[in-house]
Amino acid sequence: MPKTLLDKIWERHQVGADGSLLYIDLHLVHEVTSPQAFDGLRMHGRTVRRPDRTLATADHNVPTDGTTTTARIRDELSRVQVQTLERNCAEFGIPLYSLGSPRQGIVHVIGPELGLTQPGMTIVCGDSHTATHGALGALAFGIGTSEVEHVLATQCLVQSKPKSMRIRYEGALGFGVTAKDLILATIGQIGVDGAVGHVVEYAGTAIESLSMEQRMTVCNMTIEGGGRAGMIAPDETTFEWIMSPPTRPAAPPAVPDEWHELRSDPDATFDREVVVDAAAVSPMVTWGTNPGMVVSVDGAVPAPSSEQDERALHYMGLEAGTPIEQLRLDRVFIGSCTNGRIGDLRAAASVARGRRVADGVYAMVVPGSAQVKAQAEAEGLDEIFRAAGFDWRGAGCSMCLGMNPDIAASGERVASTSNRNFEGRQGRGARSHLVSPQMAAAAAIAGHFVDIRSWDLDPQQEAAA
Amino acid sequence: MRAIETITGRVSVLDRDDIDTDQIIPKQFLKRVERTGFGEFLFYDWAREPGWELPKNPVLVAGRNFGCGSSREHAPWALEDYGFQAIIAPSFADIFRNNCTKIGLLPVQLSAEACRAIAEAGECQVDLAGQEVRWPGGAEAFAIDPDTKQRLLNGLDEIGLTLAQSDAIAAYEAAREQSGGWAGPQTTALA
Ligand code: SF4
Repeated sequence: MPKTLLDKIWERHQVGADGSLLYIDLHLVHEVTSPQAFDGLRMHGRTVRRPDRTLATADHNVPTDGTTTTARIRDELSRVQVQTLERNCAEFGIPLYSLGSPRQGIVHVIGPELGLTQPGMTIVCGDSHTATHGALGALAFGIGTSEVEHVLATQCLVQSKPKSMRIRYEGALGFGVTAKDLILATIGQIGVDGAVGHVVEYAGTAIESLSMEQRMTVCNMTIEGGGRAGMIAPDETTFEWIMSPPTRPAAPPAVPDEWHELRSDPDATFDREVVVDAAAVSPMVTWGTNPGMVVSVDGAVPAPSSEQDERALHYMGLEAGTPIEQLRLDRVFIGSCTNGRIGDLRAAASVARGRRVADGVYAMVVPGSAQVKAQAEAEGLDEIFRAAGFDWRGAGCSMCLGMNPDIAASGERVASTSNRNFEGRQGRGARSHLVSPQMAAAAAIAGHFVDIRSWDLDPQQEAAA
Repeated sequence: MRAIETITGRVSVLDRDDIDTDQIIPKQFLKRVERTGFGEFLFYDWAREPGWELPKNPVLVAGRNFGCGSSREHAPWALEDYGFQAIIAPSFADIFRNNCTKIGLLPVQLSAEACRAIAEAGECQVDLAGQEVRWPGGAEAFAIDPDTKQRLLNGLDEIGLTLAQSDAIAAYEAAREQSGGWAGPQTTALA
């Protein structure tokens, strides 16, 4: 029987005679979805089975103003939540990178960065964007707090196997089109529940040609199309990325043989197959209140076709027919587990270099981790951003969701490189538009959305013209 | 966890598709470290819009893809704390559905027509053992994973059940280590 990548990883992790338990190789923990799980353990006198397969970090509540000690977090509830994580990790022997650690960062950024995310593994976290790790050929998915407690206690989950789905991309991405645009266009095509019940494998030359970080952007947003997990078969790009010293201390000494078998057999069948024309994808901008409400930057706000659309237009303060490029912005956010890695910051910096953020726009750049921040500073990216008028911040989830001081005010229009434009996510009444890092940087400078393809990327030339 | 058999009573209706967990319980309430008391914050922003009404009934009937978005179990906690015991919808987001079954809040997937009919009828009976929802003028069967069903019917602690298989887990771990393959990274080994 030919097997899919999902089949192969699933079979290797089935425990017990009936195989109803799935063994978890890596459990990532953060402060928001874990306190009640640790309480549950204490209540029943249970311990953590494998602290050596568990790692915790603080990310959602972390202020990005350079606060390096938990005791200095001003918001009391945030401070208590991070302190609770610190206490729980100490009590149960779980390694933790909290505020001030050079390895602290968004959970989905630090897992791969430390070399903990590797091909063929099963990875879970109490966070829906856990699919990010699937970019390295792992089966990674989000769980709730009860399941967090279950994994802490048993290192297993009770799981029935999801269905398999392959999204195959035809053609190559055009100039100025990024992984973010590719996944936004995909969600626009399949809908926000298009992949419910399925593990999605992304395939095709457009995927193979993406860098490791771009693949993470694609897999990260799988949940926005309803998918349980997203994955990409590991290849030389993957191996090279994991093995690149010295940044990934948990990498194996050499590429293990079994990694080479981690791909769907050529004649494997999927429960569902979807084809997306990668060559036809343009830079994308969401106009509504879920990631499936998306159009090309050279398009216009569409006419509503349902009550849901009407509600979204009302919330977003938009009128059908308005060209996307005419939407003026108040704020720009570059960061998050979707687009807060070094490659994303380099891409945004290449747009910002030698230019200025438009008057009336507040633009922030938030590295996904302390390591990304250090790397960016070593490359001088912080200087480029600062010179252009961007606010250069500390690592964390920041304005991806307003659980920390970074929030947008009601009615403000935001260009954001994050993954969700849900009502109120970036602040009550805030109006979020999801875009790529390049598009976000360009929008900050122009003060409105612009088609990055029509930009002269050399500002000197532009000034001379 | 409380055992479930039948859930009978009036239904509240929320006729919107793709209701995400950010609406069910907005992020500012996720800072609490307790597990109870989330009901008063249910649909916090929507509840402040004019014309909003969501009576506290045993059953909620909602639109397609209910509970999409974040993995926050605070969403089912809030729905349960508010008083709902079952949620009926044409489809659910995966993580949300899972989270509900872990706390004994029953997610029931029915056809869109059945959902509409129940909303109109204003009341129903959800029969977990018989896997059927009945309402004045109709009935429809629903599917549920057999293990989940047993666990809900008996109010069993899933972690306790898995811990009873500790030997199998230990055997699996030993076999993986002896296989000679790459055992994968240890978080505690990071210097
Ligand atoms: S960056 Fe946003 S999506 Fe990612 S883990 Fe943080 S809050 Fe969640």
